Amino acid sequence: MAESGVIPIALDTATGNVRPLLHEIRHALTRLLNTGEPTVIDLGALPLSETELEQLQAQLGKGEVRAELHALGVSLIQETRYSGVWLIRHMNESQESAGMFIEISKMPELLYAQMEDIQDGLGRLEHELNEQPPF
Amino acid sequence: MTSTEFLLWVKGTGFTLAIAVFAAGIVLRLAEIWSLGRKPDLAEAKGNANTAGVRTIFNRFIPDKGIWDRSAFIIIAAWFFHVGLFVVIFFFVPHILLIDSIIGLQWPGLPTPIVDAFAVITMVGLLAMLFHRITQPVKKYLSTFEDYLVWAVTFLPLLTGYLAYHRLLFSPDMLLAMHILSVELLLVLLPFTKLSHSFTFLLARWYNGAISGFRGVQS
Amino acid sequence: MPKNTLGEHLRQQGMSRRSFLKFCSLLASGMALSPALVPRIAQALEATRRPSVIWLSFQECTGCTESLTRSHTPTVEGLIFDAISLDYHHTLQAASGHAAEAAREEAMKENFGQYILVVDGSIPLDNPGFSTIAGISNLDMLKETAKGAAAIVAVGTCAAFGGLPKANPNPTGAVPVSDIITDKPIINVSGCPPIPVVITGVLAHILTFGGLPELDDLGRPAAFYGQSIHDRCYRRPFYEKGLFAETFDDEGAKKGWCLYKLGCKGPVTFNACATTKWNEGTSFPIESGHGCIGCSEPDFWDFGGFYEALSRPTGQTGKNAVYGVAAGTAVGAAVWAMNRAKKEEAVRGHEKLTMDELNREGEES
Repeated sequence: MAESGVIPIALDTATGNVRPLLHEIRHALTRLLNTGEPTVIDLGALPLSETELEQLQAQLGKGEVRAELHALGVSLIQETRYSGVWLIRHMNESQESAGMFIEISKMPELLYAQMEDIQDGLGRLEHELNEQPPF
Repeated sequence: MTSTEFLLWVKGTGFTLAIAVFAAGIVLRLAEIWSLGRKPDLAEAKGNANTAGVRTIFNRFIPDKGIWDRSAFIIIAAWFFHVGLFVVIFFFVPHILLIDSIIGLQWPGLPTPIVDAFAVITMVGLLAMLFHRITQPVKKYLSTFEDYLVWAVTFLPLLTGYLAYHRLLFSPDMLLAMHILSVELLLVLLPFTKLSHSFTFLLARWYNGAISGFRGVQS
Repeated sequence: MPKNTLGEHLRQQGMSRRSFLKFCSLLASGMALSPALVPRIAQALEATRRPSVIWLSFQECTGCTESLTRSHTPTVEGLIFDAISLDYHHTLQAASGHAAEAAREEAMKENFGQYILVVDGSIPLDNPGFSTIAGISNLDMLKETAKGAAAIVAVGTCAAFGGLPKANPNPTGAVPVSDIITDKPIINVSGCPPIPVVITGVLAHILTFGGLPELDDLGRPAAFYGQSIHDRCYRRPFYEKGLFAETFDDEGAKKGWCLYKLGCKGPVTFNACATTKWNEGTSFPIESGHGCIGCSEPDFWDFGGFYEALSRPTGQTGKNAVYGVAAGTAVGAAVWAMNRAKKEEAVRGHEKLTMDELNREGEES
């Protein structure tokens, strides 16, 4: 958020949404364990103050995996202290924040190689080997 | 007509008309009362008419023991209702801004939840009085259409105002328009119905006090 | 209508599946939809054919187009623009004059009954010469183009409700699209200008679901116009506490108190500003210290002044109250005079009893 000098443009009005959100994550994790069903939470759809967002991030902490995706701009995917809970931050091609999500799954959907892309890659490799072998 | 057009009309033309009728009505009623005239009392004054008149305006706020014994319920309900109505009308910030734009006077308002609580008290008081009116046989017998009409036009602004503040049932602009319209109805009817007691009570009490004061007796 | 599907089109442009999925999740977020719908959105977008869009600009200031083309998430909005085939937009297209009009006519003919018509600006009904494009009056062009449209998106408050041109005294006789076209579905995307993601969100909704989003009673998509600015305002607690800024530079203003007294129209204005925000998500007007002017509502220009508190009457009430008092005084004086005359007559008619009369009465009984 931009600074505006002396006038506090954004008042940190607590929404009280952090606790319910953590409970939602708890339910989602239970569901993942029992049925394997993943959940995605859009943080943009939920009012959170700056402080609360920081509180949430502090609570989630950092886990073992951190991945960087380069597709339509950078996306940062961070596993949290709770295995299976991923914090995903999408940025656009101008490095501006475009969205933030929490995904509760064994692996974020975006990290899997996609069949269409695999198909494309295979086609490219075949083409390259046939037409212009590099070695 | 969309709700915005409705709101614009009640805020503009509608309100202007209502205020003009209200102002004209009050002046007319006051002129009527004053023009009744009284002959000069040639007897020797045994006390000060004016101080007794002013005193009576205030001490009639406290009910007489006899009346209290007979109808404590209605006095309590009416007290809550009148005090509540006064607070709701004159201490809600948007109302103060409205009054300021008409007569150019401002004063500090109260926090909205407090005004909100008074609005509830006021409505409960009004409902209690209506209940009393329709359950007491004598009172019911004495009640005319006008009594129910003035009750309704007093209750409606409170109800619509409450709904508008809490944004219930209708869209906010519709609620605000309905609230303003109900107040306009109240303003138009006030000078020409029993509701005129909101200003004539001053004259009546003053006059009662003044004649007693002149004679040197307690009013 | 272009032959290939949107999925094929994007892949041809070198977009990976991962990028597409990321785009879909951002799109869902922008449309205020649950992330659970992302797979459905992806599936629908892939299979859909790129719709032809004709964009007509009438009595407008190009602010709506500016809002869209300078939107803060260029990736998402840009891709939606890729996802449609914008066949006519006289500000953005390279062609002009006859070539431009020919493009419009061709798009209309080829996609009759299927294209989306976007309109910004109001339409003058007074003199058709007030606003014309290529010698065609706005009214004629709207009627002609609307005939083959599947749906109409009225972008901006001018197209949706008449806006600035319709403001009192409405010199051009301006009307919104919905006053002229009554036999087509119309989506009103109001705002002066509308929030960019709302414009693209509506297009995305049509693309993904093939139908109209849920609309409110003013024809606006409920997902974005479902809540008032006041209801989502972070300064709302100050309104409740009765803490108001009295001027734009007093202590209250510096502390971020409620702007109701300074004319904020937030309580009766429906828009997504408080949640979506403007300028790369930086803030929205109230956050910058200025009250909401109500730009997404009909007739907001005539709402009694941007700096007049909402509860203040818009007419000249004080002056009219004086007229009222004057009228009351005049009638009162007449009543007074009548009462006076009546009383005097009574006094004149009053006859004093004489002793004779009393004695006579005594004798008679």
